[in-house]
Amino acid sequence: MRRLPLTPVTASHRSAPSIHKHGSSMASNISGSSSSSDRQRVAQHRLRVIAGHLQRSAESDSVIQAAECKASVSESVAADSETRTVPRRRQEIMKWNGWGYSDSRFLFNKKGQAEFTGKRYRLSGLIIPGLKDWFEGTFGANLQHKSPATPILNSNATHPPNLNKAFVEELKSTGVPFSHDTEDRVFRAHGHCLHEIFALREGKVGRVPDMVVWPNCHNDVVKIVELATKHDVCLIPYGGGTSVSSALECPPEETRSIVSLDTSQMNRILWIDEKNLTAHMEAGIIGQDLERLLNEIGYCTGHEPDSMEFSSLGGWVATRASGMKKNIYGNIEDLVVHIKMVTPQGVIEKGCVGPRMSTGPDIHHFILGSEGTLGVVTEVTMKIRPMPEYQKYGSVVFPNFEQGVACLREVARQRCAPASIRLMDNEQFKFGHALKPQVSSLFTSFVDGLKKFYITKFKGFDPNHLCVATLLFEGDREKVLQHEKQVYDIAAKFGGLAAGEDNGQRGYMLTFVIAYLRDLGMDYYVIGESFETSVPWDRVLDICRNVKARIIHECKEKGVQFPPLSTCRVTQTYDAGACIYFYFAFNYRGLSDPVHVYEQVEHAAREEILANGGSLSHHHGVGTLRKEWMRETISSVGMGMLKSVKDFVDPKNIFGNRNLL
Amino acid sequence: MFSPTQHGESMLKKKDEFEDILEERRNSSDLRYALRSYTPPLYKEVTPATANELKDMVLQSDPLCFVVRQVSTESGRPVDEVQAEASAILEEMAHGLQLSTVRFFAFTLSKVFKTLFRSIHVNEDGIQRLQQAVQENPVVLLPSHRSYLDFLLMSYILYTYDTPLPVIAAGMDFMGMKMVGEMLRKSGAFFIRRSFGGDKLYWAVFSEYVQTLLKKGYAPIEFFLEGTRSRTSKSLTPKLGLLNVVLEPFFKGEVYDVTLLPVSISYERILEESLYARELLGVPKPKESTSGLFKARKVLSEDYGSIHVYFGQPVSVRKLSEGRVKRSQFNLMPRHIPKRPGEDINKVVIELAYQLVQNQQANMVLNPFVLLATLLLQNHHQSLASGQKPGMKLQELTDRALWLRDLSRLFGACLQWPDDRPPAEVVSSSLRLHPGLVTISEGRVQLALHQASSPEEELFNQAVIILSCVSYRNQMLHVFVGPALVASAMNISSSTQKNEIANSHSFLRNMFFHEFILCPGGTNQDLSMSFDLLEKARALDVFSHHVLVPEEGHRTLSFLSSLLDPFLQGYQMVCRFVPDVRKFIVKQILAGRLKYSEVLSSDLQKNALAALSRLGAVQKIKGASQGNLKVNKVMVNWLEDTLGEKEAA
Repeated sequence: MRRLPLTPVTASHRSAPSIHKHGSSMASNISGSSSSSDRQRVAQHRLRVIAGHLQRSAESDSVIQAAECKASVSESVAADSETRTVPRRRQEIMKWNGWGYSDSRFLFNKKGQAEFTGKRYRLSGLIIPGLKDWFEGTFGANLQHKSPATPILNSNATHPPNLNKAFVEELKSTGVPFSHDTEDRVFRAHGHCLHEIFALREGKVGRVPDMVVWPNCHNDVVKIVELATKHDVCLIPYGGGTSVSSALECPPEETRSIVSLDTSQMNRILWIDEKNLTAHMEAGIIGQDLERLLNEIGYCTGHEPDSMEFSSLGGWVATRASGMKKNIYGNIEDLVVHIKMVTPQGVIEKGCVGPRMSTGPDIHHFILGSEGTLGVVTEVTMKIRPMPEYQKYGSVVFPNFEQGVACLREVARQRCAPASIRLMDNEQFKFGHALKPQVSSLFTSFVDGLKKFYITKFKGFDPNHLCVATLLFEGDREKVLQHEKQVYDIAAKFGGLAAGEDNGQRGYMLTFVIAYLRDLGMDYYVIGESFETSVPWDRVLDICRNVKARIIHECKEKGVQFPPLSTCRVTQTYDAGACIYFYFAFNYRGLSDPVHVYEQVEHAAREEILANGGSLSHHHGVGTLRKEWMRETISSVGMGMLKSVKDFVDPKNIFGNRNLL
Repeated sequence: MFSPTQHGESMLKKKDEFEDILEERRNSSDLRYALRSYTPPLYKEVTPATANELKDMVLQSDPLCFVVRQVSTESGRPVDEVQAEASAILEEMAHGLQLSTVRFFAFTLSKVFKTLFRSIHVNEDGIQRLQQAVQENPVVLLPSHRSYLDFLLMSYILYTYDTPLPVIAAGMDFMGMKMVGEMLRKSGAFFIRRSFGGDKLYWAVFSEYVQTLLKKGYAPIEFFLEGTRSRTSKSLTPKLGLLNVVLEPFFKGEVYDVTLLPVSISYERILEESLYARELLGVPKPKESTSGLFKARKVLSEDYGSIHVYFGQPVSVRKLSEGRVKRSQFNLMPRHIPKRPGEDINKVVIELAYQLVQNQQANMVLNPFVLLATLLLQNHHQSLASGQKPGMKLQELTDRALWLRDLSRLFGACLQWPDDRPPAEVVSSSLRLHPGLVTISEGRVQLALHQASSPEEELFNQAVIILSCVSYRNQMLHVFVGPALVASAMNISSSTQKNEIANSHSFLRNMFFHEFILCPGGTNQDLSMSFDLLEKARALDVFSHHVLVPEEGHRTLSFLSSLLDPFLQGYQMVCRFVPDVRKFIVKQILAGRLKYSEVLSSDLQKNALAALSRLGAVQKIKGASQGNLKVNKVMVNWLEDTLGEKEAA
C-alpha cells in the first residue's frame, strides 16, 4: 500500500514515546512505552516538546502561508498528498461494510480465542482471553452460530447513476475530480447506524448518491455549489462518514441527481497564528491528521471526539461535536473562531476574528449543528494550545454507581474536572475487564489478583455493583500531580479507591475499539449500538436506571430471546449536568426482523430519555433518525426560526439531505 | 394491564386455587412457626436501611427541606423550629418494624385466628406473582377494608409465605390505644392523621416518608384505597391522596415502575358486624381503646366462618399510563419543588383508582349467605308491602338461591358454593352461621326481627338486623349493579327505546356516583356491557334502537330493579326532607310510607347528600355548623321526581 495511513507517520515518532498517550492508544507505536520507566518517559517527552518549540520558532517565517488552492501551494504545514490519511478511494484502506480500517478487526481464532488483527492499535496482534466467555455469557451467543457478512459488494445491487448531464458537463470543465463508480457511491450512502451497516453486510443497498465529487479547496466548492444550484442538483456534504444519525442517507423520495460532496481532499492546515494561538484549516481534515500535524510543531487543538480517527473538522462543526477533553479545551463551539461556509446564496463568514462579539445572534450558531442542510463548511479557524507537557491516566473504583455519580457531581461542583473523567457502570466495568489482553508475566496476573482481592474482599466491594471512573489529567507536571491529588481526595469521600493508570488507559482504549467490536458481534448474531444524551445532575441516576431498564423490558417484549446488554456511562461533566452514553446490544437469533426490533427498542429508549428530562442529543446530532422529536425539543417557534433560515439560505433545497427539520 | 371487563378477568382468575393456611397451623407448633427463619425475596435495587436511617433520609431530603424553608419564610418562624416540627411529625408517624414483634403476632394471631375462623384461604398463585413483582419494582398492596383485622391478617399471611412484610398506612385513631398502637407500629404500621388538608408541612413529611420507603424499596407499602373500613360491605369510592403519593415517583421518573396489587379480603362473617349497623344508625362509634379491645373478647367465642384472601393481578403503572401521560411535564423544574400534576396524570390516576377498587370487588369471594340475605330482604320488603306473613319455606329459599346462584355466576361472581353438597344442606348450614340475623321456625326462614316496647325502639332494633343483612346483600351489589342500573333506568323512563334508557341510565349513574363504584367517564361502556349481560341472561333482547323483554326476562329484571329500589327510594326521601333527613325518614317508616328501614343508614344519607351537593341541589353554608345546608328546592324536586317511576301513560 502506497499511502500507509499509520497515525505516527515519521520514523522519529516511532522511537520517541508519544506524549500523547490518549491519541496513541489508537496507534501501535506505544506498545513498548509502558515498559519504559516513568521518569524516562517524562524526560523524553519534555525533550520533544522543547524540540518542537525550538523548531517552530526557526521555521515560523517560511511556514505560515495562506493558500488558495492546492495548485498554488508549494510548501506549507499541510499534509502533502502523500501523507494524508484519507484517500479518495476510501475502500482501499477502510471496510465498505463495517467500522474502520480493513486490516483491523476482531475475530475468534481457531482456538476460540479472541484476537485483534493488524498493527495499528495497542490491542493489535494481542489475544484477549476473557472476551469469548464474556461474549457467550452476556449474549447467550455461541461461536458455532455465525452470521457472516456478504464479502463483496454486488455492483448490481445499486441503481445506475441518475446523472444530470448539463451539471456533469460543466463540472468537467472545472477540473474537479468526480466519479460515478459503484463502490465510491455506495461508500458515501451511509453512516454507521446499525441498520446501515446491517444492510450492507447483507449486501442490501438503498438509494445511493449518483456521483461523488472531491473538491480540493474552498473555490472548488464554490464552483460546485453554483453549478448544483444552476442545474438543480441535490448536494450531500460528506466528511468522515462517521454519522450515527442517518444523516448521510439519500432521501428515497429525492428525484434529482444526488451528488456526494466529499471534503476529504480539503485537508490542509493553511496557516497558524502563534500570536493569537489560532490555526486555519480546510474543513475536510480529519481529527487524527489535524492533531498529528499540530503536534509535530508542538501544538494541539485538544478536540478529541471518540471518532477522531475518521471524523472531519467540517463534520464536527456541522454536528456540534464534543471532544473527550472538553473540560480543558471546550467543545467545538468553544474552539471555533471563524467559519467559512459555501451556501446556495453565496459564502457566509464573519468580517473579523474578534474573540467575542455582540452583533446580534451569533451566525456561527446557524452553522454549528446545521447538519449539512445549509451549505458546505470549507474553512475553519480554530483555537490551538501548546501541547501539554505531561499526561497521566488514572482510575477510581467505587462501591456502586450512585457513589460514582455523586463523586463526579462533586468534582463538577468544585470545577476541578480533569481533561477527561468518565464513569462506567458495573456492566461496562465487566466488559472492560473482558477486554484485558493476555498478560505476559505471571507477576502481572498475580498483582491483578491481589488488587481484585483487596477491592472485593478487603474493602467489601460487591463485584456486581462496583463501578469505575477513568481519568485523564494533562498540563504541566506539578499541576497535574496536584490536580490528581485533589480529585482522588474527593473520590475518597465517596468511597472511591484509586485503581491504577492501566485501568484508566484501557478504558479510553475501549472507546476506539468498541466500534470494531460491534462488527465482531455481528458475525455471531449480536447487534448493538450506542446513543447519548445530556441531562441535569439531579436526574443522572434516574435516567440511567430507567433507560437501561426500558431497554431490557422492550427487548423482552419484542421477543428477544436473551437478556440484552444494557449499560451506560457518564462521559462528560458540566456545571449543570452530564453527558450520558448508553450501550445496548442483543443476540438476535430467532428474530425474523432483528433490525426492526432494534429500531423499536432504540426508539423506546429515546422516548424514555426524553421523558426523564434528557436531551435529544448531546453531540451525535439529529440527522433524520431523531427528527420526529425536534418539535418537542425546540418548540414550534424554534422550528419556524430554523425553517426560515433554511428557506432563505437554500430555497431550492440544494442541500437536500433533509436532516434536522 | 387491566382488562376493561372485570368479568373476563374473574373467569381467568378461577384458575387460581385457594389454600387454607390455618390447616398447617392446626397441625404443627405455633411457636416453631413464629420462630422459624424468615428470608423473603428483596427488591433488586433495595438500599438496606434501618428505620432510623430512613427517618434521617426523609428529614434531609430535598423536597422536605424545601417545604421547611418555605413554611419558615411564610410563617416567619425560624427554620430550626420548623425543622424540629417536621422531625416531631415524622416521629409520630414513622413505623418501627421489628421482626420480634412480628413473631409475637405470628404466634398470638395463630391462636386467635384458629379460634375465630374455620379457615383462611389464600390464592398461592397470587402470592407467587407478588413475590416475583416484589423483586422487580416497588410494590403497593391495596387490600379491601372491611375490618380492623385486615392489616394484621395481611402481614400474617405475608409472614407465612416468606414474602416481604409491608409497611402499612394506618389511621391515627389506633395510636390512641395504649400499647397496641406501639405494637402495631412495631409490626409495620405508620400512622397518619385523618385530615391534614391545609397543613403543608405535615403533607410534605408524610409524602416524603412514603416516597422514600417506596423508592428505597424498603418494603411493600400497604394502604386502603377506600380510606376507611366500609361499614356497609359495599366498596367505598377510592380516596386519591395516598395513591397520588405512591404514583408520583413514577411520573417523576424516580422509579422505573410501580406495581399496584389489589387484594380482596372476603369475610364470611365480619367481626364488627353488629357494631357497624349501630354505627350506621347513629349510635356513636366506640373510640378505639385497649379496654374496648378486651371487651371485644366475647367476640372470640363465636364462629366467624372462613376468610378468603385473593391477591390480584399486579398492575404496572408504567404500562397503564403509557401513551397517556407526558412524564416530560416535570422536565423544566427541579423535581423537589412541589408541582401539581397535569390533567393527563389526574385522569389516569382517577381511572386507575376506580379500576383497582373494581378489581378488588371482582375477586371478592361471595358465600351462600350473601344470596340468602338478599333473597330474605327482598321477601321481607315484599311482604311488608303486600301485608303477607314474612318469611319463606326452606325449600322455596333453596330454589330461589339456586336460581340466584346461577344468575350471579353468569354475571361473573366469585361464588363459594360447594357444588358437591346437597343445596338444602348448603343453605341450612349457611343459615346456622348467622343465628342473630335469621330464624328458622316451623320450616320457615325469616329475619330475626323482635318486638320491643316502643315502636321507635322496635324500629331501631329491627333496623340493626336489616342493616346487618344489607351488609351481606351489599357484597354482591358489584356483580349486579350494571344490569340493575339498566333495569331501573327502564323503569323510571318506562321506555324500551335505547336512547331514553341511556338517558335515565346516565342520570342514575350520576346520582349514585358516591354509592357504587362507577368508573368516571365509563357510562357508555357500562351500558353496552350491561346490555350484553342482560342478553346473556335472556332477560332482554337488544336491538339497534330499542329493547324487548322476553317472557322469561321479567323475573330477572324485577329482581335487579328491586335490588336498587331501596337506594332509589332512599335518595327520594333525602331529596324530600333535606336538610332534616333523619327525623323524617323515621316518621315515614313508622307511618308505613317507606318500607326500607335501611334508608336509615347514615352511609346512604351521606352518599345521597354528596350527590345532591355535586349536582348543585344543596350547598353547604360556609362557616355554619354541620348539616346546615342551603337547598335548591326546584332542583331537589326535579331529582325526586326523576328518581320515581313515571306513571305509565
